Amino acid sequence: MFEDLRDLYQEVILDHGRRPRHGARLAAFDATAKGDNPMCGDRVQVFVRRDGAGRIAEVGFEARGCAISIASADLMAETVAGLSAGEAQALAARFRDMARSGEGAGDDAAIERLRPLAGVHEFPSRVKCATLPWHALLAALDGKGEASSE
Amino acid sequence: MNDASPPAPLDIAALREEFPILRQTVRGRRLVFLDSAASAQKPRVVIAAMVQAMETQYANVHRGLHWMSERTTDAYEGTRDAVARLINAPDRHEIVFTRNSTEAINLVAHSYGRGVLRPGQAVVVSEMEHHSNLVPWQMLRDAHGIELRVAPVSDAGELDMAALERLLADRRVGLVAVTHMSNVLGSYTPAQRIAALAHDHGARVLFDGSQAIVHRRVDVQAIDADFYVFTGHKLYGPTGIGVLWGRRALLDAMPPFLGGGDMISSVTWERSTWADLPHKFEAGTPAIIEAIGLGAAIGFVESVGYDAIAAHEAALTEHALARLSVIEGVHVLGRAQDRGGVVSFTLDRAHAHDVATLLDRQGIAVRAGQHCAEPLMRRFGVDSTTRASFGVYTTGDEIDQLADTLARVREFFA
Repeated sequence: MFEDLRDLYQEVILDHGRRPRHGARLAAFDATAKGDNPMCGDRVQVFVRRDGAGRIAEVGFEARGCAISIASADLMAETVAGLSAGEAQALAARFRDMARSGEGAGDDAAIERLRPLAGVHEFPSRVKCATLPWHALLAALDGKGEASSE
Repeated sequence: MNDASPPAPLDIAALREEFPILRQTVRGRRLVFLDSAASAQKPRVVIAAMVQAMETQYANVHRGLHWMSERTTDAYEGTRDAVARLINAPDRHEIVFTRNSTEAINLVAHSYGRGVLRPGQAVVVSEMEHHSNLVPWQMLRDAHGIELRVAPVSDAGELDMAALERLLADRRVGLVAVTHMSNVLGSYTPAQRIAALAHDHGARVLFDGSQAIVHRRVDVQAIDADFYVFTGHKLYGPTGIGVLWGRRALLDAMPPFLGGGDMISSVTWERSTWADLPHKFEAGTPAIIEAIGLGAAIGFVESVGYDAIAAHEAALTEHALARLSVIEGVHVLGRAQDRGGVVSFTLDRAHAHDVATLLDRQGIAVRAGQHCAEPLMRRFGVDSTTRASFGVYTTGDEIDQLADTLARVREFFA
């Protein structure tokens, strides 16, 4: 019945939406920020632990939200581990473009890992679900406490 | 209100013909519109009345000394008569046009809240208010030293009357402001009992009738309300027009809300004096076309008849509850004895937004999220719900489609 929705709800999204690998508060973290989408009630808090060189060592999150937002947060946590803040910001910008347009953004391993989420571009009301965790991550890296999906 | 003989069943097929939008297809499928509680679709008579006004008799109201203005004023004021008749208001001057229910409540919170209530007094709302009947009172609390009290809702989704009575016991409550029907749970509140309780304790009572008046006849004198508000667009009318009804003595004692044209009696550099009711509360050029549309919507509702509407929607709601309750993993919020055509539910392992996206793919429009009632969501321990809501044009087949599709949605996320 929902074959045409398999683009949006690919197996990897259903899987990570249901069983996120990074969906927990980190025992120790250096930065955190909350993201809020007041229109729909989605909420995420991202926790960042840095390594000695200041790169992102680990990201965890606590969230309530739809399968798209949970999967997006989980794949984000996976792909930004090991990146510098600047590299994470660059990846966030490319991801945002991909979520809005459905294409482009390069072909490196990180963006390919995130590509299953490109299907949201066909669902304008759902793009924010995918980008909310990234807004929260950027706010944490900037030292801000809060991010909104706007 | 409770006729001995059951009303004649509605001719739904004929009724649906009156709503042109229901012929639309969405994603290649016939639209199944189950989001009327957010905003109802418009019958042809409403659309025609608005177009006809603009094509044949339009000018500003209450101003022109010319034919067009007089005719337009007649039509605009005709809706005031229609509203007074609809809710059995004793005096047409007690009907104030606003933009919507939200503005009507803000008007009372501002003019009655600051002009009549005194710091140290309290306002009571319930746990199942739409944000529109909560946030204005929080703003009043913070600006004017009014205490805000919250009457709890039972697990069944009914207002806890004993708790309400306890909140009123110290007689410091000046106003009880509660919904007449929850936009999430579908529960009606016992308006007459609430009003009696409030009056016994020296408080006035405001009902948010945004949902209730769509499904059931409202008689402000029978329930002994002090204020009653509703919005046009949920009642098959246009957006941009709502109603505040208040007792004349209360409205007379309240200062104006907005200042400007139409609401004054005389203006000098030193001071202005206010126009009589209702114009004191209708500053500026009003929503003329929309008011005319609301008048047509009221005519539509009256022609269908509340007895038939209530019977139709009660049958739909019963059918929906029966169908949804047997789908594994579906949990309906609230099980109030007295309820209207709104059903909210959660589905295990699937977030409401995902449910709504899948339903939408089948042409089924529902609402998903917090329904502008975040504290109520928290009260029931859920993040969000999916809500199906019904109108006069909703059919049992559409409910079956919802239930059948939901069963497939469950499999998708299993």
